[in-house]
Amino acid sequence: MENFLQQLINGVTLGAIYGLIAIGYTMVFGIIGMVNFAHGDVFMLSAFIALIIYLAMTQILGVTALGLVFLIVLVCAMALTALWNWAIERVAYRPLRGSFRLAPLISAIGMSIFLANFVQVVQGPRNKPVPPIFTDVIHVTSGGAFDVTLSYKQILIVGVTGVLLLAFWYLVQKTALGRAQRACEQDRTMAALLGVDVDRTISLTFIIGAALAAVAGTLYMMYYGVVNFSDGFTPGVKAFTAAVLGGIGSLPGAVIGGLLIGLIETFWSAYFSSDYKDVAAFSILVITLIFMPSGLLGRPEVEKV
Amino acid sequence: MSAPLLSIQKLEAAYGQIVALKGVDLDIMPGEIVTVIGGNGAGKSTTMMSVFGRPRASAGKIIFDGQDITHKPAHEIARMGLAQSPEGRRIFPRMSVLENLQMGASVDGMAHFQADLERMFDIFPRLKERIDQRGGTLSGGEQQMLAIARALMSRPRLLMLDEPSLGLAPLVVKQIFDVIADLNRNDGLSVFLVEQNAFHALKLAHRGYVMVNGQITLSGTGRDLLANPQVRAAYLEGAH
Repeated sequence: MENFLQQLINGVTLGAIYGLIAIGYTMVFGIIGMVNFAHGDVFMLSAFIALIIYLAMTQILGVTALGLVFLIVLVCAMALTALWNWAIERVAYRPLRGSFRLAPLISAIGMSIFLANFVQVVQGPRNKPVPPIFTDVIHVTSGGAFDVTLSYKQILIVGVTGVLLLAFWYLVQKTALGRAQRACEQDRTMAALLGVDVDRTISLTFIIGAALAAVAGTLYMMYYGVVNFSDGFTPGVKAFTAAVLGGIGSLPGAVIGGLLIGLIETFWSAYFSSDYKDVAAFSILVITLIFMPSGLLGRPEVEKV
Repeated sequence: MSAPLLSIQKLEAAYGQIVALKGVDLDIMPGEIVTVIGGNGAGKSTTMMSVFGRPRASAGKIIFDGQDITHKPAHEIARMGLAQSPEGRRIFPRMSVLENLQMGASVDGMAHFQADLERMFDIFPRLKERIDQRGGTLSGGEQQMLAIARALMSRPRLLMLDEPSLGLAPLVVKQIFDVIADLNRNDGLSVFLVEQNAFHALKLAHRGYVMVNGQITLSGTGRDLLANPQVRAAYLEGAH
């Protein structure tokens, strides 16, 4: 029982991170029909940006108020990563719009390789350790086989994710910006006919996706205490799996998919074998694609129009 | 005589290798209802869409209100005061009726949203009943009403309607044509109307053009064209 509860806490934490990344995949797919394979590396990049700002603030500037540091790191990482992704879209994807379908996909793979190698060159290939932050834990149960703990970091991750998802939901559902975004997703030509600047809206989608990935990157960096230039790949593909499982193009689907993948991976590690946890997660991808290609909340291909 | 609001000059356009427009000339004066009639595949809808650059003109010019808009991006053209209810209606299927109307009003900065919304509900009471329903679940007629209302929400200077009568019951067609006539008479709205329903369109329009195979073959006042034996033979016999 303790084991189950502990794994549940760990799984939800991991799932929150996957969910944040998955939104970026699903939004970009929704609006331009492209799987942005560089998104995982944008996430990795954001973790490095967060780490650099964190180290600069705590070790060079000597700021000690950790809450303040965290907030500034988060906001700066979101802004800088968004800028990166904006530039990536301008350079690597926009010129290929209207080209054949595979062209931006290939460009995205190229961008993914570029980002990973760029970070490897400028930051080195070795793991970067992160000084511990928010190390306190709450003992949820005690006296059993072991104490079930809930760390401040985990509370922070789930809390921050929850708040940002609410803000993001509001943005997409209730603002003119979000409405334009959804309009472009459903019919780009018609949106343009109604005065929506489609290119600008697509840029914005990349910016929002990157900002959410940066939140995930910041939290990931803090949670695991180590970052590496290759960290974009596995979480990236898992978040992509989450997006497919939830139904690619569906925003709530991405979050639910992320949570499910986080839970499946964690429980598999706990009860079966942690060596095969990636196999478990990716089997979900295969199974979903074979038996339920439109995912949990995805819409079927045919729609009455 | 004043300058035309929209002037299409020697317009040519193609879909890949297939030439759709072969030098189309067409003028719409301020306050005028102009219709283009013609059979399937004559290029009527292409003419209308090419005003927004979809497809782009391969030759010729499109002038709106004295400005050359031939190579402007579609959203900038929309912001100049052109609104279209396009072929196939193109309602946003996963947005509510209200959101579809909000999309229409966004060009205008939503400044007159509430007042215009009330006005649309007066014209199309059906839309009020469906306000929270998703666009994709509306019937064809309701979608047509929504497409027209959405175009009107931007307070356009030129309203472009592609086959507003398509798939609608005769009573609804009459209602929609009455609305167009009212808007033209009372607000001086200029209308560019593409129709297969030649009889209704020519009765409503001040002037009309007949299009065959990507070219304008005839033009004249609505009344003249209605009386023209060629037009009668090709587009009106047995139609109404």
